[in-house]
Amino acid sequence: MSRVPDDLKYAKTHEWVKPEENGHVRVGISDYAQEQLGDVVYVELPDIGRRVKAGEACAVVESVKAASDIYSPVSGEIVEVNESLSDAPEAINQDSYAAWLFRVKADDLSELDSLLDASAYRAEAEPD
Amino acid sequence: MPFIPHTEDDVREMLATLGVPSIEALFGEIPAELYCGELELPPALKEMEIARLMRARAQQNRPLLCFAGAGAYEHYIPAAVWAVTGRGEFYSAYTPYQAEASQGTLQVLYEYQSMMAGLTAMDVSNASLYDGATSLAEAVLMAVRTNRKSHSRRILMPKTVHPFYRRVVETIVSSQALELIELPYDIETGCIDPASLETHSDTDVAALVIPQINFFGLLEAVDELTEWAAANGAIAIALVNPMALALLKPPGEWGKTGANIACGEGQPLGIPLSGGGPYFGFMCCRKAHLHQLPGRLVGRTVDAEGKRGFTLTLQAREQHIRRGRATSNICTNQGLMVTAATIYMALLGPEGLRRVALQCHRNTLSLMNGLAAVDGVERVFSGPFFHEAVYRTRKPAREIMDGLAEQGILAGYELARDYPELGEAILVCATETRTEEEIELYVRRVASLLEL
Amino acid sequence: MLIFDRSRRGRAARAQWLPEAGESPVIPDHLLRKSRPSLPEVSELDVVRHYTRLSQQNYSIDTQFYPLGSCTMKYNPKVCHDLANLPEFLNTHPLALERAGQGTLACLYELQEMLREITGMAGVSLACAAGAQGEFAGVLMIRAYHGLRGDSARTEMLVPDAAHGTNPASASMGGFQVREVATGPDGNVDLAALAQAVGPQTAGIMLTNPSTLGVFDQHVQAIADVVHKAGGLLYYDGANLNAIAGKVRPGDMGFDVIHLNLHKTFSTPHGGGGPGAGPVGVNDKLLPYLPLPVVAKDGPRYRMLTEADRPHSIGHLVTFAGNVGVLLRAYVYIRMLGREGLRRVAEFSTLNANYLLKKLVEAGFEPAFPQRLAAHEFIITLKRLAKERHVTALDFAKRLLDYGVHAPTVYFPLLIPECFLIEPTETESKDTLDRFAEVMAAILKEAETDPDRLKSAPHSLSVRRLDEVRAARHPDLAYKAE
Repeated sequence: MSRVPDDLKYAKTHEWVKPEENGHVRVGISDYAQEQLGDVVYVELPDIGRRVKAGEACAVVESVKAASDIYSPVSGEIVEVNESLSDAPEAINQDSYAAWLFRVKADDLSELDSLLDASAYRAEAEPD
Repeated sequence: MPFIPHTEDDVREMLATLGVPSIEALFGEIPAELYCGELELPPALKEMEIARLMRARAQQNRPLLCFAGAGAYEHYIPAAVWAVTGRGEFYSAYTPYQAEASQGTLQVLYEYQSMMAGLTAMDVSNASLYDGATSLAEAVLMAVRTNRKSHSRRILMPKTVHPFYRRVVETIVSSQALELIELPYDIETGCIDPASLETHSDTDVAALVIPQINFFGLLEAVDELTEWAAANGAIAIALVNPMALALLKPPGEWGKTGANIACGEGQPLGIPLSGGGPYFGFMCCRKAHLHQLPGRLVGRTVDAEGKRGFTLTLQAREQHIRRGRATSNICTNQGLMVTAATIYMALLGPEGLRRVALQCHRNTLSLMNGLAAVDGVERVFSGPFFHEAVYRTRKPAREIMDGLAEQGILAGYELARDYPELGEAILVCATETRTEEEIELYVRRVASLLEL
Repeated sequence: MLIFDRSRRGRAARAQWLPEAGESPVIPDHLLRKSRPSLPEVSELDVVRHYTRLSQQNYSIDTQFYPLGSCTMKYNPKVCHDLANLPEFLNTHPLALERAGQGTLACLYELQEMLREITGMAGVSLACAAGAQGEFAGVLMIRAYHGLRGDSARTEMLVPDAAHGTNPASASMGGFQVREVATGPDGNVDLAALAQAVGPQTAGIMLTNPSTLGVFDQHVQAIADVVHKAGGLLYYDGANLNAIAGKVRPGDMGFDVIHLNLHKTFSTPHGGGGPGAGPVGVNDKLLPYLPLPVVAKDGPRYRMLTEADRPHSIGHLVTFAGNVGVLLRAYVYIRMLGREGLRRVAEFSTLNANYLLKKLVEAGFEPAFPQRLAAHEFIITLKRLAKERHVTALDFAKRLLDYGVHAPTVYFPLLIPECFLIEPTETESKDTLDRFAEVMAAILKEAETDPDRLKSAPHSLSVRRLDEVRAARHPDLAYKAE
């Protein structure tokens, strides 16, 4: 059973989303997603300053057998990326909630309203 | 049934096991109206008959004494190269997807990647592409992907790049909304004038292609060109002849920073002319661009007991995993050709390869010196060349080509179609396989044609 | 040991050294190489022994049964190799093909004509270097066809979800959006899903038939109707032609453009990953767009068509005339088969596949499509084993290697969990198939009694299971001298 912390929001595409101060939003992938991917070997992060739309693919997490696009949950500007993942992508397997991918400055926080809460995501990820 | 081992008993037993009356019954799901009936193909030949036929066909070829290069070069290939490459264990294996059962192919590819990285002085090499032209097309696409600073998708493509390569690049990138900007050459030197790049200095350029040697056999100002690319945020793509790199400064050492990508045709490294293929393309790059490199890669790793072994790696870049978003659609590459090239490079070693390169260079020098003394012949460009050069005659180039062919000589490659501005010009090449006598013969034949 | 580990300063294969020729008298110093390229310094015997030994660490058709699904690993006749390597073929310069290579061109021309007949198309070009390049050429022709008619709205290429990865990759390299079409439970394209997906935006559909699922899609004519009515074209991926060669032609199924993998159906060797050859064929609609060169016959002489002959051609995709040496091998192979032999290829590859499937089902394996006949290949799924014993298809595959058999294709198509795609080909005997079935049964028993034996396989090869994660996390792609 994978971990789904209650204090986060989730996208159907398996990103976790954490609203922070000043309209910033931190994004990573769920424990369920990292389990499905297996050993992560490479992470491709967006450029800082890039404009993204909600639902736009802006990062890639690769395992030996798969490459998974990561979608921005909100429209806005990339303000920070987790550089440490380029040397240690395995951090995502160790704790995918600590190993965040990027932060977006959201244009409109109401876009977050359509995300799932923890219990809804649990049902989505593990219907059994 | 030349290669089907089944006996009548086998077939009977197999059908009985399946519980069907005939092999035909196994095709029962195919709609009857789709069957094509008897095809109009020639009847089957036994091995002796096809051997006779092919020998006759081979006789219809009339190999000429080769003074042509233009992208394919006659080099001597040591006997050991194909004696080993042709072993069934290399020849009849598939792509090494089951690494543990493919360590032979995988280690060869790793050694190949190491040798190519060494020869080009770049960090990494892929395991091959189809040929020189497709390697340049892939390099251009890779440059656009990897250059995040540029948003223009504009590529500076010098006219001194092989015209066949340019047309392939055009075909392959045609649907990718790239802009190929032709970069002219200096009509006196036959090279890109670095000063001519100034008109592009204030514009957004994704990549600059730098051929060394260029199509005319001439040496480009690679340091200045590479530095211009670096200063203007463009990816420097080196298009190089691997044989020349035994003698010439490798792309990794061009300018202050080196080129970003090096690509080219691998045929000179132990691959026969074969009417145009199979050859292989190579591509090397800086570590920073690794994840945008197309094609297969072999990495060194360890097995469950800590022993060294090799495996395909970083496959998530490739089509079988990333499908529509892969770095390229390439799947099958030119593995066997690369095996031959690896053995060729290992046999020649750094010194052997340098000597071959130098002998090609000297032979072409000697040919051009001979030609320059002939009345009615002139060298078209004055700068230094490697093992190809351009001369012009007062008679139509076609007459020289035809006249020499009648005497069993392939005179070179006519430039009029692609470079009409050069007049009656022929691109000629004398590799290490040409003897002094053959070179003298060539000069004499040209001289006598001009006297007529 | 790497060849670099054998290197000793000053050792060399001196028979290959030309006389010392000093320095270049003309090349300026700043353009010369100063660093010594890091190539090994070894003797000729070092080289021969090293690479011969490496070859012995490969599984290959010449040494093992190699039932790798979708790859058609059949016997590569030695005579094809021998005859393609006649010196007159090998020593012809590509720019002298018309002048000095009439014998080569005669073979290529006849090969074009035979492939045209075998596929039921109007024209063939041999230029493409491999299957994926043939696909790309096909996609570009579809693009050119719509483009020339001013039909610029067709931006989507339909691709079944079971397709080879090269299909979507080629479509997207050709500038199309890829839209997946679902497969139904019987392994055929889901016609309802197809009907929903087609429209005025559809440029075409890329299909393999028999599909990658190892079954012949009986509704192929209906698919052709739906796509053609919507204004799209049909692309045939020839990877699985071995199943139907000489019996059913893509042209008669309604396809507009096809590619063939000569290194599959036509038995040219795979060479550890190439070279292949990917000729393309087209019907009348697409004839003007065929890639160049195409070989033509003018009276007694052969020549290469150029842009002047084919102004609407999509152009050139390779430097010269394609993988001529591979094409010659395929030519020899087809001439040896003749019309009868070609049909037998389809018949016996299908017989072998269905027989092996039956033997494996009897041994307790689960077919992916039990209600269907196999084409030249079939799928079994090991999902029960994975669930109950935590033994994966990969573990099972690695254990097969211990028994001296190359593993089938694993984890493709992605639709079928824990799958093996098994293609025995027609050149394997009943004895080989029986032995394979026995080995599979033995491993299945091991999986019940000693699953760790599988999970830690292989045990008997030159290396044990390799760490692919480490290879990808810390790429070591080139030898560096210490």
